Amino acid sequence: MSAPAVLKILEKNVKEDAGLIAILEDIQANYGYLPKEALEIVAEKTGYPLLDIFGVATFYKSFSLKPRGEHLISVCLGTACHVRSAPVVVEEFERQLGIKVGETTPDNEFSLETAACLGACALGPIVVVDGRYFSNVDTSEVKRIIKKARTGLDKVTVKADQRIFPVEVSCSKCNHSLMDSSHLIDGYPSIKVTMSFSDLHGWLALSSLYGSYNVSSEYEIPGEMIVNIFCPHCHAELLGAADCADCSAPMIPMIVRGGGVVQICSRKGCKGHMLDLNGVNL
Amino acid sequence: MINLIINGARVSVEEGTTILEAAKFLGFPIPTLCHMDGLSPYGACRLCVVEIGEGEKAKMVSSCTYPVEEGLKVRTASSRVVKARKMVIELLLATCPQSKIIQDLASAHHVFQQRFKQEHDDCILCGLCTRMCEEQMMARAIGFRGRGENRSLGTPFDVKSEKCRLCGGCMYVCPACQLRCTFNQPEKAVCGGCANLAPPCVEQEKFDDMMCYMDPCVACEIKKD
Repeated sequence: MSAPAVLKILEKNVKEDAGLIAILEDIQANYGYLPKEALEIVAEKTGYPLLDIFGVATFYKSFSLKPRGEHLISVCLGTACHVRSAPVVVEEFERQLGIKVGETTPDNEFSLETAACLGACALGPIVVVDGRYFSNVDTSEVKRIIKKARTGLDKVTVKADQRIFPVEVSCSKCNHSLMDSSHLIDGYPSIKVTMSFSDLHGWLALSSLYGSYNVSSEYEIPGEMIVNIFCPHCHAELLGAADCADCSAPMIPMIVRGGGVVQICSRKGCKGHMLDLNGVNL
Repeated sequence: MINLIINGARVSVEEGTTILEAAKFLGFPIPTLCHMDGLSPYGACRLCVVEIGEGEKAKMVSSCTYPVEEGLKVRTASSRVVKARKMVIELLLATCPQSKIIQDLASAHHVFQQRFKQEHDDCILCGLCTRMCEEQMMARAIGFRGRGENRSLGTPFDVKSEKCRLCGGCMYVCPACQLRCTFNQPEKAVCGGCANLAPPCVEQEKFDDMMCYMDPCVACEIKKD
């Protein structure tokens, strides 16, 4: 539990004039749960009474005061799922994982939860594992779902993409191509954008190889500096809604030719990036 | 001044008065449980329910939180109100049957039976203690936690709050048990009031025979079962 991380989250939220729930959400995203010490720091820095913070944290089911496992399994117990014997599915999960609802396995791999309704009643019983939905689940499928969660639900696609390959990107605002064939990095045309940080404004060229972090820029960027990236054509700032999963700096979205979005972390030295091809088959 | 009719009597009261205050001023009795002078109205117990409006538009409101309106017609003891109050008392009895205050209310309102599953909770979630703590003692040591059937009152993380000055105000106002004692679980004790008062039995290992204000202590009696 490091205080600087919490202070950073607080600083960011104060800047955005965000409320308590936004702060708690960020802390939960960072640690996976709400550590007691973090709540105490929040109380001290924001001036909210610890009592109210605790009240909010216990009121909403999405907040957890206990560390959660790597994989979160939530079984829907809404009316539709309930009558299709979701309680039996819950029991089966409890039996196979050896934990009760609301608990986490000793190896911190799985947490089991129930939900009141997950909004897909026609497909019930619904089980959601790390955001991935399984429909019409019965007890015989529980083992398969747990196994699938162990091997990783999203890693399957990531593995196929692990080779380094070039991407062609365009501005997420004006859709103008950002490729610069006159400036090669790694032997491929680079991605040319403009950047600014601490009163400096200049060009920045990124390698177009997904997985390569080579860049060259007009000004030397100090380590760990977060830079603002602009489209050189429409001059709009490239800023997405997402934050980097590794360092929580804002992510820079760019449109990939052929469909999809690539997001890179705006922090110098951070290797957080994300390729979302929106269901395009690779 | 606002003119309204309470039980047929025309009255005028100052703007901002609640129905409860107006009715009390005129001498119409309205039973209350979670209301206390000096604390903000909360409307938790619903005992002070009254009927406003006429005919099909008549509805039940909690008089402690409802400010008077011009031309409002209030009935504090219509058959609908009396029936609702009896039900509220019955439900309170089901939650917390040992409370002297709730028993007295039941007796006064001719509630002779309790038809629901008997719980032995030590809290009816009326919020008096947390309002006392916040508004009169300026402490904010205890408050509501959780929600739904898991809603409870206490300190954050169930550890003794630094804000608590052991004033005992929460116990003083609590209608459910008046002097709820949790000192047999010192790490969970909300107040530690009895330790502060140093009763002779605290030195003993077991607190089963603790001499307290509640004699016989209902909490201890339940624990024996």
